[in-house]
Amino acid sequence: MSFLRNPWGKPRFLVLVTGLYIFWSLIPVALAVLFAFNDGRSRTTWQGFSTRWFTGASGSVFHDPALQGALKHTLFLGVVCVLVATPIGVALALGLQRWRGPGGGTVNTVMLLPLVTPEIVMGVALLLLFLQVLPFVGLGSTAQAIGQVTFTISYVVVIVRGRLVSIGKDYEEAAADLGAPPHDQLLRVLLPLLAPAIVASAAVVFAISLDDFVVTQYLSGDASTTTVSMLLYSSARAAPTPALNALATIALLITLATLGLAYLVYRRFATSDEAAAMAGVEV
Amino acid sequence: MGSRWTWRLLALPGVAWLSVFFLLAFYAVVAVAFGNQNTLSEPVPYWNPLDWNVGYMLATLENIWQGGPFFKVFIRTFVFVAFALSLALLIGYPVAYFAARHAGRWKGLVLLLLILPFWINYLMRMLAWINLLSPDGLGTRFLSTIGIERLFISADLLAAKGGWLEGQPFTVIMALTYGYLPFLILPLYASLDRIDQRQIEAARDLGASPAGAFFRVTLPLSRPGILAGMVLIALPMFGDYYTPDLVSSSTKTSMIGNQIDQLTRQGSSKVEGAALTLVLAVALLGLMFYYLRSTRSADDRAETA
Repeated sequence: MSFLRNPWGKPRFLVLVTGLYIFWSLIPVALAVLFAFNDGRSRTTWQGFSTRWFTGASGSVFHDPALQGALKHTLFLGVVCVLVATPIGVALALGLQRWRGPGGGTVNTVMLLPLVTPEIVMGVALLLLFLQVLPFVGLGSTAQAIGQVTFTISYVVVIVRGRLVSIGKDYEEAAADLGAPPHDQLLRVLLPLLAPAIVASAAVVFAISLDDFVVTQYLSGDASTTTVSMLLYSSARAAPTPALNALATIALLITLATLGLAYLVYRRFATSDEAAAMAGVEV
Repeated sequence: MGSRWTWRLLALPGVAWLSVFFLLAFYAVVAVAFGNQNTLSEPVPYWNPLDWNVGYMLATLENIWQGGPFFKVFIRTFVFVAFALSLALLIGYPVAYFAARHAGRWKGLVLLLLILPFWINYLMRMLAWINLLSPDGLGTRFLSTIGIERLFISADLLAAKGGWLEGQPFTVIMALTYGYLPFLILPLYASLDRIDQRQIEAARDLGASPAGAFFRVTLPLSRPGILAGMVLIALPMFGDYYTPDLVSSSTKTSMIGNQIDQLTRQGSSKVEGAALTLVLAVALLGLMFYYLRSTRSADDRAETA
């Protein structure tokens, strides 16, 4: 292992491992995307380029009701989740940041727990909650949205709090010294400064919602509440056509486009450290 | 109105939400696990701790202690997770080390490629492997051509030609490693990137060999990152049911998650399922708090630095 002998020399071993790892981690997915464009039913033998599995007259994402329904429902849950989790999370981050006195530590810990709780535990817990305590809500879209909001709030808090720490208290105190009442400090000073973090957390919430599987599956009701992830799970082994790959490709592009846009917005307004944190280097 | 109450008022919706949909939901697991079931084997939760029925919990624990089916599933889960964690660290550490120390002007690109899998749907990444490892898949053909398939069959790691997706523990371990490795590399990278280069140079100046400097400076300094990263990916692995379902779909590779899924979502006995979920959650509680404490102390260090 040459990097041990001379850490400032050419680390050939490290280059090799890293290169092989990146190849291994991305090529299978790249091939899955490629076969979404296959002009035949096979997902393993290339039969020429075509977009028939995206827009073709039969069995394509845009014409198969099951595939189309799953995509629509996934996007619907994503939008609802952003609209509910982002405001609650931003408010909670602000509240926790300035929370003095007892209770703050406990709330902080409980807020972070969904980030580390295995999803199946949350899935079972929410399933039993909706069956035993809130049967009038029942399983289905509402339960799915509530479940996703429950664990995405924490991501919003973490991202917004990171920005709050780097903003510091100076602006707020200046506003207070100039006689601004608390709600003006909040609405006219803090919120504009937080805007990039709010955009970033909304994008992260959307992406997590789109990719979520366990909680969404546990809280699903009838077939109309099937999401892209659930369809991938149920059809992957059941001799699917490349339309399944096409569906996954569309969802992937939407996720990456959302995050890419948010990253650009964030980089425009925040420091590079925070942008790196948003990209997931430090959760 | 004091301004401190404005802030608490802001926290209120979040606190209320988490109280109902996280804490109360978790208490529902406890109440069902210590409850009973009716003649239709639907759960009847006992909300008052004074009424608790410990029968199902005791039966679950006995099943585990006395080597019942749950015991086998637990052991298998530990073995799979241990193998996958070791493999992930073996691959992830050099990659994170390269990204943090040697990537130079390629750093941005390398980081982007390392972060990318993070945001690709986990199920899609599994679908990609199902395509590759199906009997006529590209991966199966490749492994057969270069002789790996024959090697695995003769080493008894593969049951039959082209049978990679038919209940093979090796495939499940590989899929778990593939699935969770990106989540390990990022904390590893962060901890390696934070190490002050001058500390390593100091060790070298004081006569440490490069290997000595690595094992006595870099490795110990990156230990918090290693532990936090391993905990971070161990937690979802312990609750995984979809990976074995997708790349094996056989009870021969069932993990705890599969057992819980079968009992709860698929509904064969929600009370037993709740008891098993509770056992799993309590067993993992230590790891969960360890991770939260380690990230908090890292934050504190970053703030005081």
